[in-house]
Amino acid sequence: MTYHDITFSKEELERYSRHLIIPEFNIEGQKKLKASSVLVIGSGGLGSPLLLYLAAAGVGRIGIVDFDTVDASNLQRQVLFGIQDVGASKAVAASKRLESLNPYITIEVHDTMLTVDNARELIRKYDVVADGTDNFPTRYLVNDACVLENKVNVYASIFRFEGQASVFNELLQDGTRGPNYRDLFPSPPPPGLVPSCAEGGVIGVLPGILGSIQALEVLKVISGVGDTLSGRLFLFDATVFTTRILKVRKNKSNPLNGENPTQTELINYDQFCGIGVKSEKQREVAEMSVHKLDQWRKDGVKHILIDVREPYEYGIAEMGGELIPLATVLESTDRIPKDIPVVVQCRSGARSATAIRELEDVHGYTNLINLTGGILGWQEAIQPELARY
Amino acid sequence: MATLIIPTPLRKFTDGNSVFEASASDVRGLLEALSSSHDGIQKHLFDDDGVLRSFIRVYVGDEDINELDGADTKIDDRDEVSIIPAIAGGSK
Repeated sequence: MTYHDITFSKEELERYSRHLIIPEFNIEGQKKLKASSVLVIGSGGLGSPLLLYLAAAGVGRIGIVDFDTVDASNLQRQVLFGIQDVGASKAVAASKRLESLNPYITIEVHDTMLTVDNARELIRKYDVVADGTDNFPTRYLVNDACVLENKVNVYASIFRFEGQASVFNELLQDGTRGPNYRDLFPSPPPPGLVPSCAEGGVIGVLPGILGSIQALEVLKVISGVGDTLSGRLFLFDATVFTTRILKVRKNKSNPLNGENPTQTELINYDQFCGIGVKSEKQREVAEMSVHKLDQWRKDGVKHILIDVREPYEYGIAEMGGELIPLATVLESTDRIPKDIPVVVQCRSGARSATAIRELEDVHGYTNLINLTGGILGWQEAIQPELARY
Repeated sequence: MATLIIPTPLRKFTDGNSVFEASASDVRGLLEALSSSHDGIQKHLFDDDGVLRSFIRVYVGDEDINELDGADTKIDDRDEVSIIPAIAGGSK
């Protein structure tokens, strides 16, 4: 069946009438939307506006891939969800919201993580992919699977106040495919250099703007109206309100479709992104459970607690530690005794371990103990009234 | 003076500033001026062999320097040079 055979009920014609009266779009564009299918990977900050607008616009079949559950800290920007959804599967909660928004389309739930094993099979079943994921391994996985399956990848990404968007691997008029993510960034930054939204934060409205741009580009790819962002990278910096559009060109050394392609299938993306490699090199530090610290406090065992997080984190929740941010620990030895046990704590235990290694290496400390799980572990097991972040 | 646009992930090295200005005749000179005046930023731009890292792109205007003369691309005072980093956020 081609889009020419698509028909609409009276209710659908009325619902989509503002599309139908745009001369360049009209009922032909609407038929193309209804005949098409889009796979949205990630139903979070970018996925929320994407899914809402694609469903509202009348894309005939929409797949949602997300393995996560709704957390209270999502609601600041993930406008698909309400307080009643906290704890529920994101993909399931999203599908309910979209079905109530538009009953004339089909929503398919994939309540699973996108992996090397399922990516190509999932992507194959859809016409267009929209990438709203939150980490480098999945970004490269989505890109490579789209190139190998000849699918368009509508891309956006955000960090704090800054966003990027493009259209990758679009079928061009001359029959070739436009540039893809590997043409722009051949390899990812090492782990830890660019923090995730969970670590680095993101202003709530920003994914709304970039996700909406993604939705718009999906509609343009499907309808063929206008010029998409294929071959161009859109940049938005909300702090100073600048927008830029840069050229993206094909890279001859692209391993997927450059001059001498070397990659014909998916690879191990955690390894490609260096995840799990770094931790082997790091020396282990003494650890202590939150339960043991709780017992120490109850028994009056002499010790002090150092909190190496940032002041703005301390303001959200604290557990009685002395605030010495990680960047300043080496200059703060006058506040860190060597003669009694010192428990070091951060949000989840990684930064405090770094602080301990630095203090041991530079100043020869031997009495430092890492609080396993940090204040998040403490909140979960000991002090539930504290705020999580 | 040529203008260099600093992306968010590198602003921790520039006291939060989004723009750096310096007199330089080519891209390498501008990036070196940035590196020498801001501690810690060098290793995020260049590897040990002095080659630009593959997870950042450098543009003069809207064109990738790889399409021009790489780090030797000539610039003048009217040029806007951008460092474009890979960022991945979107969901969580």
